[in-house]
Amino acid sequence: MTEKTKEMKLVYTWPESLSQQKTHYCPGCGHGIIHKLLASAIDDLGVREESVVISPVGCSVFVYYYIKADGIESAHGRAHAVATGLKRALPEKIIIAYQGDGDLLAIGTGETIHAANRGENITVIFVNNAIYGMTGGQMAPTSMVGQKTQTSPYGRQAEDTGHPIRACEMLNTLEAPVFIERCAVNNVKNITRAKKAIKKALTNQVENRGYSFVEVLSMCPTNWGMTSRDAADWVENVMIPYYPLKNFRDN
Amino acid sequence: MSDTILMKGNEAIAEAALIAGCRFYFAYPITPQNEIPAYMSRRMPQIGGTFLQAESEVASINMVFGASAAGARVMTSSSSPGISLKQEGISYISGAELPAVVVNMMRGGPGLGNISGAQSDYFQATRGGGHGDYRTIVLCPSTVQEAADLTVLAFELADEYRMVVMLLGDGYLGQMSEPLVLPESPEKTFSKKEWIVNGCKGREPRVIRSLRLKPEIKLEEHNKMLQERYRKIQEKEVRFDTYKADDAEVLLVSFGLSARICKSAVNTLREKGVKAGLFRPITLWPFPYDGLEESASRVKKVFVVEMNEGQMVEDVRLALGRKRDIEFYGRSGGTVPAADEIVKRVINND
Repeated sequence: MTEKTKEMKLVYTWPESLSQQKTHYCPGCGHGIIHKLLASAIDDLGVREESVVISPVGCSVFVYYYIKADGIESAHGRAHAVATGLKRALPEKIIIAYQGDGDLLAIGTGETIHAANRGENITVIFVNNAIYGMTGGQMAPTSMVGQKTQTSPYGRQAEDTGHPIRACEMLNTLEAPVFIERCAVNNVKNITRAKKAIKKALTNQVENRGYSFVEVLSMCPTNWGMTSRDAADWVENVMIPYYPLKNFRDN
Repeated sequence: MSDTILMKGNEAIAEAALIAGCRFYFAYPITPQNEIPAYMSRRMPQIGGTFLQAESEVASINMVFGASAAGARVMTSSSSPGISLKQEGISYISGAELPAVVVNMMRGGPGLGNISGAQSDYFQATRGGGHGDYRTIVLCPSTVQEAADLTVLAFELADEYRMVVMLLGDGYLGQMSEPLVLPESPEKTFSKKEWIVNGCKGREPRVIRSLRLKPEIKLEEHNKMLQERYRKIQEKEVRFDTYKADDAEVLLVSFGLSARICKSAVNTLREKGVKAGLFRPITLWPFPYDGLEESASRVKKVFVVEMNEGQMVEDVRLALGRKRDIEFYGRSGGTVPAADEIVKRVINND
């Protein structure tokens, strides 16, 4: 070892809460990044052994392969309800619901709104990639107008299927949530911001502050039919103008 | 706790759940079982428990899932249309091997039907209203006393076998007041530490799930394991009651509320010189096939009476065979058969 390397500072380690599991996600998918941000936040707060991560139905159903914590796999859209029952039974534990756009905002809209409205002291990671990934690329409630998917082959028509739903803005009409932020993982700057938001959302729960919601705009190159780089650009140029990155609430 | 008190069926079920150690209750209002959530909303805060009125039946059964995964004794209740909505969650809870108690105070169906008591959900309860290869234990009371006693038993069986136990009553039983002695709290304790999720301190992380895609957790093997458990239940947990069945020549077979009407019919028939008896399944699943076969072995005729258009009668035919003389008499849509109707029917058919 040279003198120079001895002086080098350790700037990165594999998060303890992240397993070494080989990824099942497609190249360019954002879930891996988001899992890692969540694992880092769990590490930072030292709550791995206190946490239960609730996985959705969708590509991230296997989040328990990656986060080295207790897990529950819930029915499609029901993670908020499962989280409610779990948190009520284990008020001292850290309950994290990780859900996609079909899960949280289509089939699970009712559960989402009411758990948020009750101010359940849970942390929600909402991954919005504007498409159903696991089932092969169908239109999501967050698909963009004009976006071609397996079930909107001519592009999403607003007059037929409505406009994409903005989850943060909708939840921001409720009294109870303490933290609502939208971020993205399409570039390093946004990833850094997302990391901060996820950590804050988790800290709120540790401090018993209430319902915290982080929406993460993410890439699905496979189902968007794009290269990884184009997918990252699509988030920047198409999604972010409609889904502005900002903190909506930080009480 | 040994005093005789007067209680409505619905309230007796709620109080018995608390006696059984239930401290979490999630539900959505529906007639004719609203006394259960009302009672729970009053009592749970007094004893440090959780009552939560969910936004839907679907949400409430998934809240049950969450609390059960944490090891809590947990219950939900509803009536027929609401139970249909809970079926998704019941299937998931069954797949994930979690204990839970689900109360169905049945009403007339199909659809919105009406709000009167009925026995319309026998098929749904005993054949699994949700998807997949699973079973639920189904306990069917015919008095308020029995409703309370079976509620305590439901929690015990749910914990012992890690599965859904359904208490299948009806709107009339829920609404009627009868004297009862509240049951004792159960003595058995069940360790849930080996499977609950409550943070992985000092152990490897655990996952509660029903998805089995990977070769190392083959779905078929899992299903075979569940079937093995179900077989054990069929051996050990069958319950039924008989009334004047020993020397009967005509055997009435009926469950729940209609069975107590049949009891009156049996007495009237005996006064008229007809040697009648009653066979009453208490567990609808596991169904008492052997017990019924034995009770029916000496009788000339079997009469099945239900508050539906003929559901349990299929299990009676399974037990006794198609060649046996089996008559069915049913009233549905919230209509209750009168004892005289049953008597007339038996005599006219004899």
